[in-house]
Amino acid sequence: MAAALAARAAGVEDVLLLERDQHLGGILNQCIHPGFGLHHFKEELTGPEYADRFVKQVEEDGGIEVSLRSFAVKLTKDKELSYLRPGALEEVKARSIILATGCRERTREMIQLPGTRPAGIYPAGLAQKMVNMEGWLPGREAVIVGSGDIGLIMARRMALEGIAVKAVIEIQKTSRGLVRNVVQCLEDFGIPLYLQHRVSMIHGRDRVEKVLVVKVDEELKDIPGTGFEIACDTVLVSVGLIPENELLEMAGAEIDRKTNTPVAPEVNLTSVPGVFACGNACKVYDLVDWVTRDSGLAGKMAAEYLGSLK
Amino acid sequence: MNADVLIVGAGVTGAAIARELSRYKLRILLLEKEAEPAFGVSKSNSGIIHAGTQNSPASVKGWLCVEGNRLMREEIAADLGLNFVQCGQLIVIFDLADLPELEKIREEGEELGVKGLELKDRAWLNANEPNLGPEVKAALLVPSAGIISPYRFVYALVENAVKNGAELKTSRKVSAIRPLEGGGFEVVAGGEVFRTRFLVNAAGLYADELSALAGAPTFKITPRKGEEYLLDKKREHIVNRIIFPLPSKTSKGILIIKTSDGNPMIGPTAHDTPDKEDLSTSDEGLAEVLAGARRMAPSISKSDIIAYFSGLRPVSGKDFIIRHEDSVPGLINAAGIQSPGLTSAPAIAVMVAGILKEHGLGLEPKEEFHRLRPRPVHLFQVPLDETRRLIGKNPAYGDIVCRCELVSAQEIREALKRGARTLDGVKFRTRAQAGRCHGGFCTTRIMKIMQEELGFPVTAVTKRGPGSELIKDERK
Ligand SMILES: Cc1cc2nc3c(=O)[nH]c(=O)nc-3n(C[C@H](O)[C@H](O)[C@H](O)COP(=O)(O)OP(=O)(O)OC[C@H]3O[C@@H](n4cnc5c(N)ncnc54)[C@H](O)[C@@H]3O)c2cc1C
Repeated sequence: MAAALAARAAGVEDVLLLERDQHLGGILNQCIHPGFGLHHFKEELTGPEYADRFVKQVEEDGGIEVSLRSFAVKLTKDKELSYLRPGALEEVKARSIILATGCRERTREMIQLPGTRPAGIYPAGLAQKMVNMEGWLPGREAVIVGSGDIGLIMARRMALEGIAVKAVIEIQKTSRGLVRNVVQCLEDFGIPLYLQHRVSMIHGRDRVEKVLVVKVDEELKDIPGTGFEIACDTVLVSVGLIPENELLEMAGAEIDRKTNTPVAPEVNLTSVPGVFACGNACKVYDLVDWVTRDSGLAGKMAAEYLGSLK
Repeated sequence: MNADVLIVGAGVTGAAIARELSRYKLRILLLEKEAEPAFGVSKSNSGIIHAGTQNSPASVKGWLCVEGNRLMREEIAADLGLNFVQCGQLIVIFDLADLPELEKIREEGEELGVKGLELKDRAWLNANEPNLGPEVKAALLVPSAGIISPYRFVYALVENAVKNGAELKTSRKVSAIRPLEGGGFEVVAGGEVFRTRFLVNAAGLYADELSALAGAPTFKITPRKGEEYLLDKKREHIVNRIIFPLPSKTSKGILIIKTSDGNPMIGPTAHDTPDKEDLSTSDEGLAEVLAGARRMAPSISKSDIIAYFSGLRPVSGKDFIIRHEDSVPGLINAAGIQSPGLTSAPAIAVMVAGILKEHGLGLEPKEEFHRLRPRPVHLFQVPLDETRRLIGKNPAYGDIVCRCELVSAQEIREALKRGARTLDGVKFRTRAQAGRCHGGFCTTRIMKIMQEELGFPVTAVTKRGPGSELIKDERK
């Protein structure tokens, strides 16, 4: 939305904004906690409130056509984009494309967490969606693997819902998340954070029953004799985010294999002229305010690119 | 309810037997203890339609494997709309001193009737499998091997058997079997009582317990665990064929497997375990699989892994046990169906039909046998023009639920109509939740579609049956 609005402000006449979900705002909609907008709006908002300010502007702007439940399936380097929506397969040729496709969560599988595969193991963001969007409580006793921000926020969220959060297990020496989240989401709720520990086994046939935890040394190797069990029915995995750049890859842009981000000399640029990537698709940000700032820049860059074509 | 043949177990063996018998004028009942078919051994394996090599010509399973492979290539894949790919396999050696071993595999394979076996040198490998590592010195090419989606194979068999009049009942664990005077059995399962003339035991890992329940404690099943690791689709072309090392005494070794959905897979390990429910994977298993696969293709790395699982081979001795138990007339065991059971199932089914006939069951063909099963729609398999046509027919094909694997709301609904009752059942049929995000984005939407279509509350949605509910409570 920030990119679309900035492109309009820079003189672009015709903007099509595609969103696969049924509403604008993306992941902000499930982030019902405060902490958004301190820099951009100089006031503290929740995720949905922050998103809403942009939704209003987009709706008021006559030059932005919004298409919801619209799923982009194909992008060529010539900026031909195909998307599906209920009832139609649409094809558009754009003069410039901005990909603001965000991130997906790293999964249990990506860290090869051993054990069984029962119900009760969720990426932290999925648990957040269940609780905040659907009103579903995923379990009663939880252990959180990894101390990413979503995991920390969810530790507090679940504690507030009466779910016993028994531990957060982090293999590194420090938390991956913001310090303020460690304090406000764990310490204030008495939730123990085990640094330099890892989950070495998940048990349970149908539903999670317990996890084994072990302390690791400087080389991340298990220290014998330090293992212990935690009984729980839920494991949340919060081990970071990966930019979603499959469309960009399809368009032939160069992608860094490790980070899954576009290889380019400057923020928002990709190796395909006129195709930009912004927000968490460009790099993983820790604050939405910086996403807004840089995405605004992407809108401007696209406008300048269009200008250069004339 | 009365049946002519009651089959216990809706894995690939039971499903194939049900379909084979559904050609005839018979009342067939297929009972399964899990919430859906294919939730036992048949869901977690390598998905290889083996050629028949690496089996002794003196074994039953060798012959059944060759025949099962032929049936798949010549009839079943087309009839049941399966996505079978005959990609071929290579058995590689790391030392030319092992050439005689390859020769032996070739000779035994030829004796079993496997066609087209050819020794290939390093130059051929360089041209045809450029990603194989320098340690690989030569290989035996086996062209008739192929790959398939194992659960979709079972679903197709079951659907077609049901179409032809067989009856499937899930969540029916057989808990008691009483032989009847004058022949036949009374079978108790899930609180219901059934009567049948013949009882076919295709209970996989539990076949020993079931046979004992019927009065024939004649063998024991030992699970042999295999851990498998799936790689990202981006590595789809790491190999063009399935790559095997020389077999060991207990298994075919760690392989690089192509899968019919595109993701390559590495594995499986082979270690005996006492626990029939132990489907865990381990750090040790991962290390073993990686080392084995990397010896053949060194560019495979740990970071390519996107999913993993383990399966248990139901092992009883070296061979399959397919026989009428003379001590319990009317009981036919199809047990100890270890690898290559997925491949052999259609041939096992024909063999079981023969045994039934020998023991007095009349096999009169039906006037009309529906041989064909329409192939379900998978958007990920069709070009965009076909997608456009489908959306024209039904707008819900344009309503994408699973972004990683491109699965529409309509495909989910069709899977539910075809019998999916759990999230895993939806996943196995459609691939929704099977991609990179592992359901992070689509799980709640699928749960809501299940709620709408099946009419049960969201707290009753399970991953794979009772006890695996996803949601504990709804917020007040
Ligand atoms: C790691 C691994 C890799 C493999 N790779 C291959 C391969 O590449 N190619 C190949 O050809 N084969 C392969 N196999 C072998 C193949 O998977 C098996 O041979 C085959 O799936 C066995 O099928 P089944 O129907 O006999 O058993 P199952 O699929 O286990 O079916 C038995 C069914 O019986 C049900 N049941 C049990 N007890 C009861 C009861 N009391 N009442 C009601 N129902 C009951 C179970 O729930 C189950 O659904 C592999 C196996 C493993 C483990």
